[in-house]
Amino acid sequence: MLLVWQAAAHFANPRLLPSPLAVLTSMSLHSSSGDLPRALAATLLRVAAAFALAMAAGSALGYAMGRDRALDRWLDAPIVVLLNLPALVLIVLAYVWIGLNETAALVAVALNKLPNAVVTIREGARTLDAGLDEMAAVFGFSSVKRLRHIVLPQLAPYIAASTRSGLSLVWKIVLVVELLGRPNGVGFEIGTAFQLFDVTSLLAYALPFTAIMLAIESFLVQPFERHAARWRPARG
Amino acid sequence: MSNRSNAMPPVGAPLAVEVRAKRARNAAGETVEIISGLAFALGAGEVAALIGPSGCGKSTLMRILAGLDPAFEGRVARPPGARLAMAFQEPRLLPWRSVEDNVRLAAPEATEAERANLFGALGLAGHRAHYPGELSLGLARRTSLARALAAKPDLLLLDEPFVSLDPPLARAIRADLAALICATRLTAVLVTHDVEDALDLADVIYVLSARPARILGEVRIDTPRALDPARRAAWAAKVERLRSLKPT
Repeated sequence: MLLVWQAAAHFANPRLLPSPLAVLTSMSLHSSSGDLPRALAATLLRVAAAFALAMAAGSALGYAMGRDRALDRWLDAPIVVLLNLPALVLIVLAYVWIGLNETAALVAVALNKLPNAVVTIREGARTLDAGLDEMAAVFGFSSVKRLRHIVLPQLAPYIAASTRSGLSLVWKIVLVVELLGRPNGVGFEIGTAFQLFDVTSLLAYALPFTAIMLAIESFLVQPFERHAARWRPARG
Repeated sequence: MSNRSNAMPPVGAPLAVEVRAKRARNAAGETVEIISGLAFALGAGEVAALIGPSGCGKSTLMRILAGLDPAFEGRVARPPGARLAMAFQEPRLLPWRSVEDNVRLAAPEATEAERANLFGALGLAGHRAHYPGELSLGLARRTSLARALAAKPDLLLLDEPFVSLDPPLARAIRADLAALICATRLTAVLVTHDVEDALDLADVIYVLSARPARILGEVRIDTPRALDPARRAAWAAKVERLRSLKPT
């Protein structure tokens, strides 16, 4: 892939497609000035906070809707609306209603991810085994014990699926939120680079961030999935 | 929560059951009567066996006794705080927890020695680290029994616990269970279709009719869990006579 890039850069206008070496140089320049690590840290913090907020609220709501038919009927329409509302509309509304601040940014990102988590976890909650619930009732399991040993193991594949799709959604939206209304972060830097037509800096900020998100996916999400599925007999 | 110490063996709880009627809606939307007029009482440490044709409502009755189904006419009186355990018809183990952990979770107060005893008696000693998906159905049922016994219940509900165990093993487990019942005086209700189960374990055998279930008759055994083989046939004949009765 690097070779293709190098070859393409050789023929293209360097302002439009800089060579890998130029991007690397720009990366080390931005790193040594501290701008790149600062921007990465700010963005990752937002990704983590918005993701945690959306997953916590979305899982709780999805679980409740999966178990309670009346609640599901009431909230289904709002969830569908939220699911189909363009991210940009939510972001602008959040900034207008809450103000140009961190809370608005996080709420906007979390609300974009929330319906997605709700729908996935709800699907999982609908398939929970009633026989195991009865077993837990007979043996007097506490609600913490039920959650940990009965509900969560059954929801684990749904949580993993939601984490995977959610993480990629959240980090993309965080950049837009930063571009539109935050004074720092990778999205803000990319906005600046865009105004200066500086493709080299744009790539120098975008690539490390993408690499980090890929690393999180393969070193955190996938091992979690494998751990959650360790009890399943190996498939031939 | 019970405040009795771990060293004391469990003591059975008396049980009084009166189910005047239990109805349920079937898939076609019709209301069908599953149980109609069924009452019995057990003293502490007594074992009742319920024998009846399949589909007669035995499992429904067990769910009522376990407090899982409150939608019936009548009442079930258990002493408050009596500890309950049940071996369901299907093992209902947590597939994502090992055999050992399945038992531990349901019986956190059982000691390592008690668990080791149970696993040994039920032929599970080599399977403690296995997940339920790796077990045969017979082993899974034994795990379910181990879980119920490890919980040291005051009231033990057994729903067809010996189905799909091979006969010698079923006999061995029945003998262990009988010894345990004698030693701990726990109260138990056993649902079965097998007269041998009932004769091995019960103080009293209730023969149930086809659906809607009611009691056709009872057979009280004078030397429970110690029947000599010579008299066994006579008791079995008594039960069979009741089983052949048609509800009037």
